[in-house]
Amino acid sequence: MQKIIKITILFIFLFVIGIFYISLTRDTNYNTSSLTNKEAPEFKIISFDNSNFFTRDDIKKNNYTLINFWASWCAPCKIEHPILMKLSQTKNLVILGINFKDKEPQAKTFLSELGNPYDLLAKDKNGKQSVRFGVYGIPESILINKDLMIIQKFVGPLSFEDYNNIIKIIE
Amino acid sequence: MKLNFFLLLFIFFSKFSFAVEKTVDPNLIHKNLRCLVCQGQSISDSNSDFAQTIKLVVKDLIDEGKTEDEIYEFMSDKYGDWIVFKPRFNTQNSLLWILPYIALIFGGFFIFSFLKKRQ
Amino acid sequence: MLSNLGNILLFLNVILSLSIIYAANRNLKISGGVDKNIFQLSLIQSTSIIICFFVLIAAFIVSDFSLITVYQNSHSLKPLFYKIAGTWGNHEGSLLLWAIILSIFSFLFLVYNKNHPKKFRLLTLIIQNILILGFLFFILFNSNPFSKISPIPSEGLGLNPILQDPALAIHPPLLYVGFVGASIYFSAAIASLITNYSEKSFSLSIKNWVLISWCFQTLGILVGSIWAYYELGWGGFWFWDPVENASLLPWFAMTALFHSLIVFEKRNLFYFWVIILCLITFTLSVTGTFLVRSGILNSVHTFASDPTRGIYILIFLSLMIFGSIFLLFQKYKKENYDLNRNSKETFILVNNWFMMFYLITVLLGTIYPIFTDALTDNKISVGPPFYNAIIFPVVVVFLLFMALGPRAKWIKNKFENIRIYILILTGAIGLNVAIIFFLKSYSLLSNFIIISALFLIISSLMDIAKALKKNKLDFARIISHTSFGFLVLFIGLNDIFSLEKDYNIKLGETKKFDNYSIQLQNLELKNYKNYQAVIGKLEIKNINSNHTNILNPEIRIYDKPKTLTYEAAIKTSLIKDYYLTMSNIDRSDYYNIKFQKKPLMAWIWISVIMIVVGGSIRLFSNAKNN
Repeated sequence: MQKIIKITILFIFLFVIGIFYISLTRDTNYNTSSLTNKEAPEFKIISFDNSNFFTRDDIKKNNYTLINFWASWCAPCKIEHPILMKLSQTKNLVILGINFKDKEPQAKTFLSELGNPYDLLAKDKNGKQSVRFGVYGIPESILINKDLMIIQKFVGPLSFEDYNNIIKIIE
Repeated sequence: MKLNFFLLLFIFFSKFSFAVEKTVDPNLIHKNLRCLVCQGQSISDSNSDFAQTIKLVVKDLIDEGKTEDEIYEFMSDKYGDWIVFKPRFNTQNSLLWILPYIALIFGGFFIFSFLKKRQ
Repeated sequence: MLSNLGNILLFLNVILSLSIIYAANRNLKISGGVDKNIFQLSLIQSTSIIICFFVLIAAFIVSDFSLITVYQNSHSLKPLFYKIAGTWGNHEGSLLLWAIILSIFSFLFLVYNKNHPKKFRLLTLIIQNILILGFLFFILFNSNPFSKISPIPSEGLGLNPILQDPALAIHPPLLYVGFVGASIYFSAAIASLITNYSEKSFSLSIKNWVLISWCFQTLGILVGSIWAYYELGWGGFWFWDPVENASLLPWFAMTALFHSLIVFEKRNLFYFWVIILCLITFTLSVTGTFLVRSGILNSVHTFASDPTRGIYILIFLSLMIFGSIFLLFQKYKKENYDLNRNSKETFILVNNWFMMFYLITVLLGTIYPIFTDALTDNKISVGPPFYNAIIFPVVVVFLLFMALGPRAKWIKNKFENIRIYILILTGAIGLNVAIIFFLKSYSLLSNFIIISALFLIISSLMDIAKALKKNKLDFARIISHTSFGFLVLFIGLNDIFSLEKDYNIKLGETKKFDNYSIQLQNLELKNYKNYQAVIGKLEIKNINSNHTNILNPEIRIYDKPKTLTYEAAIKTSLIKDYYLTMSNIDRSDYYNIKFQKKPLMAWIWISVIMIVVGGSIRLFSNAKNN
């Protein structure tokens, strides 16, 4: 009996220290990019020019949709913009841009200066829509397929690696 | 033994008293949600962009008639379990919730074993 | 220059530790008293590590940016006070402070325990010096405050402005004396196990050290809470944050320890339990350090983290844990107790029982997220709702025991008169009902907590009356226990009667709620020496009494390093605090203001101070009796 207790105690401490050791090398920064393989949420979001609403039906039509949250005041958005421009030339992909907590004139200047990669353009004035998609900081992009499944989440500016990744998925 | 009984009673009552409070207090919910872009702050303590937005959404959800737990459910569905300060009771977290009480009961028995068997 | 001097002194200390170990080891084998040389070496050791620390302070004062630590944590324009406080406000400097505490405690323990067996004293010294060596190596090879940087920068990076605060300047030293001081009874426990020194008198060698570390730990936690209250600007004082928990864990163990030491001293019971608690306390201190400094936990209070640090502390921790376990397994003998159900011994065991429960709960809550992350890749947060839900219901029972326990007699107790307890309980319930009737009703659990806190207070006060008659007053215990009752009572009332409102407000706008109105009257931009501030002028008006208060919260823009901080405006009175923070909202001309009315805040601090006063009284009376 005593032996069992002793071994158990030793084992518990070994286990705890082992876990501590493993955790040392792990990234402690939280990131939502692992929250994939879920169905995209229902949404109804007004278009940038107030002419109509976009819903999930607009996503079902396309093979792949990339929802990109951006704003003119967001510096990293400028960095990822060239990649979005390149992505806009690919066939299988529709890019839905959601202008986040922005002022219209500034947003327009942003697009006219850097180009408009968006096939569909919507706006989220108070940010409420972003919560539906689990966005907590911009830029963030979400890749969704025809079956409305979230395939991948890109938190932070898109990189060239991400670009290659997206191309691989949609082809 | 009596003690454990009282303990159960208290747990029961503490649950009971939560059930009595019907109105959902947004401040309480803000306190129990983590601000993902801050350093360990709650939504209530932060005024970051993210916290502002979450406060708006929480208000909407309350207006829709969602209960406190449903709002936490909604948030952890969108942002992962990391966002709620009160871990859900599920298989993964069961040890977290149960172990303290097991330790308490075990300790009680331990002390009991030290006591005189007959008075 | 200072860098070289510091390094030389560090090396000197390594040599001193080694020679102490060597001399003590040799002295063990010969008869007679403890060799005079050992005292001298130990004194030189303490002196030289203190000088070493002063060298670092000097580097901070003259802003010697050739030292990385100074460069990263100081700035030539910083006020002198914060230059000095910056010495221990960072990882490297604080470790040096650790080494000082380890050395001084080692020396004083040797000096003040002349009545104890020589073997025990020498072994304690050896173990303590092994710990000192461990830290010295850590300092030298991983976290050297005297590391140089080249080329030498012309200016430092500055200290995070929220750390530039008098409370935070004294908070770390207090806390370190607390949990690093625990090292001495860790060493003593190991020495006691090895030398089979398990007589009652062993308790005399450590009990004052436990009390000293406990008093400092309590004060450290208090000052940290006060700082969090007025500096973080959230209006709370305890967030169950991992760093805070790390300071609380050794506290539970210390509290349990000095209670069971009373039994050990009086009745020669629980020897192994006392030893285990001694070992646990310092182990928890080091565990806390590991969690905080390795960066594996996400916390409000960040230290710049670095995984190699983590590895080093983890190795150190593992050696401590497995060394102690191995020794314990070897020496452990089953002890059989036959305690009376109703006796002081049993009640003190009950205290330990609850302390262990709190300890396990807080430890589990702190490290559980690490486990879920490592094992299932799922990050979870364990925050205040968890601790409140688990701990508070149990506190109710705990307080009742705390009231009954001290009245019990040793060996066999008879509760003289059950009627008196019913009377006390009735009084407590009556007061509780009065609060509800005149002020506000609250949840059932809060009711229980208030009643049990009142029960403890009333019964402690009655103890005073009784003891005064017999002229046998145990001030220390009564003050500490009563104050603890008050602490829980005030925290409970504070929680129940707090008022919190959150608005987005424009200049000139007025918001009304309950019977208050709040107006943002003015915003003023001011330039200070090392920051700019936007100072708001807000008027809080109590509509019923027509009483107004002006509060001036600030938004500060610091230059070095570039940071934005929010200074709360706090109006403290004995009954309540008004607490107001203001922050700007990005890309809008609205300001977010958070107004809080926090009743009885001052009394929460006072209660904790009184708890420490109780502890110090015990300490002084012990010193007098010896």
